[in-house]
Amino acid sequence: MPPFDMARPWTLHPQVAVRPEPFGALLYHFGTRRLSFLKDRRLLAAVQLLTDEPSAADACRTAGVHDHELAGYRAALETLATSRMIVQRTPPRHPEAP
Amino acid sequence: MTSPAPLRPARLVDHFQYGLAAPICLTWELTYACNLSCVHCLSSSGRRDPRELTTDECKAVIDELERMQVFYVNIGGGEPTVRPDFWELVDHATAHRVGVKFSTNGIRITPDAARRLAGSDYVDVQLSLDGATADVNDAVRGRGSYDTALRAMENLRAAGSSGFKISVVATRHNIGQLDEFKALADSYGAQLRLTRLRPSGRGADVWDELHPTAEQQRTLYDWLVEHGENVLTGDSFFHLSAYGGPLPGLNLCGAGRVVCLIDPVGDVYACPFAIHDTFKAGNVRDDGTSPPNGTPPRRSWARRSPSRSPSRSWASPTPCPHGGRAAPRDACRWSRTPVCGTASPRSGGSRSSSPTCAARRPAG
Repeated sequence: MPPFDMARPWTLHPQVAVRPEPFGALLYHFGTRRLSFLKDRRLLAAVQLLTDEPSAADACRTAGVHDHELAGYRAALETLATSRMIVQRTPPRHPEAP
Repeated sequence: MTSPAPLRPARLVDHFQYGLAAPICLTWELTYACNLSCVHCLSSSGRRDPRELTTDECKAVIDELERMQVFYVNIGGGEPTVRPDFWELVDHATAHRVGVKFSTNGIRITPDAARRLAGSDYVDVQLSLDGATADVNDAVRGRGSYDTALRAMENLRAAGSSGFKISVVATRHNIGQLDEFKALADSYGAQLRLTRLRPSGRGADVWDELHPTAEQQRTLYDWLVEHGENVLTGDSFFHLSAYGGPLPGLNLCGAGRVVCLIDPVGDVYACPFAIHDTFKAGNVRDDGTSPPNGTPPRRSWARRSPSRSPSRSWASPTPCPHGGRAAPRDACRWSRTPVCGTASPRSGGSRSSSPTCAARRPAG
């Protein structure tokens, strides 16, 4: 799997359910039967924003992640992509203006 | 279970310690009716309780699970498929995005049922088998039960349903067959699931004959260390981690924090293996009160107190002194619980009188 691309548009896999918890959230994938934990509320917000933001980096920033923290969030999103909790979205829902 | 790189140094077991917003793993014994009468049955099943939840009441429970965002429910019994409304309830659950994993002895897994199961992304089957050979299995589960399970497995394979589970209770008579179980599961494209014999229900009657010996527990531990990544165990063997490193799987007691149980008449318990008033949280028939803000009512058993105390979470009515993390002390605490029939007044966990305790020291 190629490295996680923060500049690409991503979205939650359609078979994934998200349940908020005091510490963040639980994710369950009905296809792979796997459970994941989001141990951070901003990570939860970023994941929920993926579908509506043009890129993963934008979703993180809108969720309140500062630039110096992006690497950590990128690693967390990459883990979610590896387990297919999130998938690339094509074509982008909001194509950039020419 | 996987977890993205932690952004804060918090351990998940610390969160579990305080209980989640709702169970991850909810066991629902749908009926105590059963065509078999296994000698070690946790729920002493055989006869239907006349006060069983009706179809409509069951559907109301499923609707509540959907509101609680319980991802899936583990349906067992008894033999759940002998309920005439079983498939109707499975359809209701999956239509409401509550996944179903159900345990069966295979009696109703006909070619038709197998095709239906192969076509669903939201339903998993766990076939119970307690011997890799007919003689070992049937001694515990009854004559003909091995053939019934194998026939169901053939039907599932013929329908193209791969990835079903073969669920084995580890006993003194089958721990020598671990490799054979694994080979059997592999040959059907199935996954092996191992669970612990519990001294609950009829399991208490046959405990002395069936519980694995200390030597066998060590064998099991070593086997799980070698094969555990591809074998499901839930939280069955967290007590064995006292032998060395933690095993794959959940290394803490999940009672009232991660798991709970609903029985056929709707009583809710924190622990599926300690069906006792001490652990009873309520009944799904209890009325809930509608909150004033118009959100759907939550029945009293499903409400979680704002308190973060585990004793106040959704399925633990009183502080449970028996749960704990994978320390030997805590593992022993579970087995000292009086409801399991191994009460010991002694303090100091590693002096547990329980034969299941991996850290047990000789008395005296």
